[in-house]
Amino acid sequence: MENILRIDMGAEGGPKARVEPLGVYAGMGGRGMTSSIISREVPPLCHPLGPENKLVIAPGLLSGTGAAMSSRLSVGCKSPLTGGIKEANSGGQPAQVLGRLGYAAIVLEGCPAGTDFYKVVIGRERVRIEKDNSLRMLTNYDLVKRMREEYGDRIACISIGPAGEMKMASASVACTDPELRPSRHAGRGGVGAVMGAKGVKVIVLDDNGLKARQPKDLEKFRDANKRFVEGLARHPVTGQALPAYGTNVLTNIINEAGAYPSFNFRDGRFDGASKISGETFAELEKSRGAGPTHACHRGCVIRCSGIFNDSDGRFLSKQPEYETVWSFGGHCGIDDPDMIAGADFLCDDYGLDTIEMGVTIGVAMQAGIAKFGDARAAIELLHEVGRGSPLGKILGAGAAVAGRVFGVEKVPVVKGQALPAYDPRAVQGIGVTYATSPMGADHTAGYSIATNILKCGGFVDPLKPQGQVELSRNLQIATAAIDATGMCLFIAFAILDQPETFQALLDLLNAFHGLELTSDSVVELGRSILSMERDFNSRAGFTKVHDRLPRFFSKEPLSPHNVTFMVGDEDLDRVFNW
Amino acid sequence: MGVFMKVTVKLFASLCSGRFAVGVFDGGAALTVRDILKSLNISEGEVSIIFINGRHEDVSAAVRDGDTLALFPPVGGG
Repeated sequence: MENILRIDMGAEGGPKARVEPLGVYAGMGGRGMTSSIISREVPPLCHPLGPENKLVIAPGLLSGTGAAMSSRLSVGCKSPLTGGIKEANSGGQPAQVLGRLGYAAIVLEGCPAGTDFYKVVIGRERVRIEKDNSLRMLTNYDLVKRMREEYGDRIACISIGPAGEMKMASASVACTDPELRPSRHAGRGGVGAVMGAKGVKVIVLDDNGLKARQPKDLEKFRDANKRFVEGLARHPVTGQALPAYGTNVLTNIINEAGAYPSFNFRDGRFDGASKISGETFAELEKSRGAGPTHACHRGCVIRCSGIFNDSDGRFLSKQPEYETVWSFGGHCGIDDPDMIAGADFLCDDYGLDTIEMGVTIGVAMQAGIAKFGDARAAIELLHEVGRGSPLGKILGAGAAVAGRVFGVEKVPVVKGQALPAYDPRAVQGIGVTYATSPMGADHTAGYSIATNILKCGGFVDPLKPQGQVELSRNLQIATAAIDATGMCLFIAFAILDQPETFQALLDLLNAFHGLELTSDSVVELGRSILSMERDFNSRAGFTKVHDRLPRFFSKEPLSPHNVTFMVGDEDLDRVFNW
Repeated sequence: MGVFMKVTVKLFASLCSGRFAVGVFDGGAALTVRDILKSLNISEGEVSIIFINGRHEDVSAAVRDGDTLALFPPVGGG
């Protein structure tokens, strides 16, 4: 990964690619790379869909190596949803292949003058950028099928569906899994709309003739990887629960904790939870000839993804993640697994963030556009989005815009981005993360659920405000650093509890890059990434009043614990004091 | 003395394999979570997260008539 591939989509005479050395970006990867380039090169006051914005696609520091779990791909830009800096990351194969191709980043710059769409094909020998309007408005699954026919099976694809072409603020960037399903997404913040604005429909990465990146110290690297994999296998969450049930194992526990936001954040529990739990999904999947244990990229040893077949045993979607099951499930009052899996597929196919879309449809239900619990209406609304009807375009703009259009007071967003599946009144630590993350409301940015609910890395009482600022701060720092490595965030369960597994991760980085990182340098890396992101947002006009939850979380108590969000404003303003 | 009480016990994920998902536990007074685990033949090491009425507790916590006890093995996601 010695180079950056820059493609000027607005160049005179058509798009032009140039390869540059890393320069000031040497040593950066993943979110560290995307946020460095955005904060340094993108004018913070630019329009996210205009030529001054850039879309940066970066594998992590360990992507494309033999390290397990190292295929996260970071996608960064100024977000059309939040108006701030954005990094959304995804699993799937592309990070591995991009790393092996030697690119530490692809940077899409400028905008084409007309309305043409392009495909970018990157192989070992050359980069081709071809106009191909026959791909326009293809859904992700149809698009990848076409790419397979043209380029064979040894590829990985990064693509947008119709939502990205229509520049919807909830549009995702899709990544293919090992079987070439476009089912892993950099979902949040409308990164797909920025790719659409650049006129790029798909990036095809040709895996032919590529070799794994070679570590500086092969022996130490192998030894560290062995200890790392053993640590993941030994921890009960990464070794047993995630492969057996996937992320949706959380439905029951968050519901039992009274932190499961149902009917647009009205209640903290949902009567239909057991019908859509991870346990129920896993049984259903197995009974239909599919299952809950699948790796989203080669080299994944946790295997938390899965495959969901319909009642005739035909592929319906990948196993929906917990947040998707929640957004189209309890949030909308829906308890039908088949309908939820159908909604998951439509989001992947149209190229939409499942969290933003499910939350938006729940807000539309609050407004009376459809009834809570009406799964067919939810699916029909998703088709409106995919078709780009006037109603669909309003929904595709996300929950904040839809709430304003429909006159809804209760709109669960921070910095314009929808809250995910954990109510901040009953899990106060996640409320701190939602409020203060530079990304807008994002559970992954500082996953306090681990400590507030799951008792990983200690325990902080979720129902009290004490200790939440420190918890969220430390997790936001650690997460920013992990997001730079290309490692899947789920390694955190093992490294929070097992110091020797954290050491194995450091040893992997050190053996590969010839470094001498310590836990202090990891903290330093995480802080520096957050500081760059906060600085960009500040220059884009964000102040401390943007680091707040919607007012109703402090005013309306949530059942069954009858709690409000109690962390004070002055405490929220302390999160980034270091 | 000898007060009869009912506790709803919910088992999740791997804990319900070969057992049950939701059951009612009948017992005498002064029960703790540990007593209930013992009578259900669940070892303390299998249980990572204990809720009584949706609040985190540990194995020494007292269980009262009408309580709901929810037990989870180590789980995670996100």
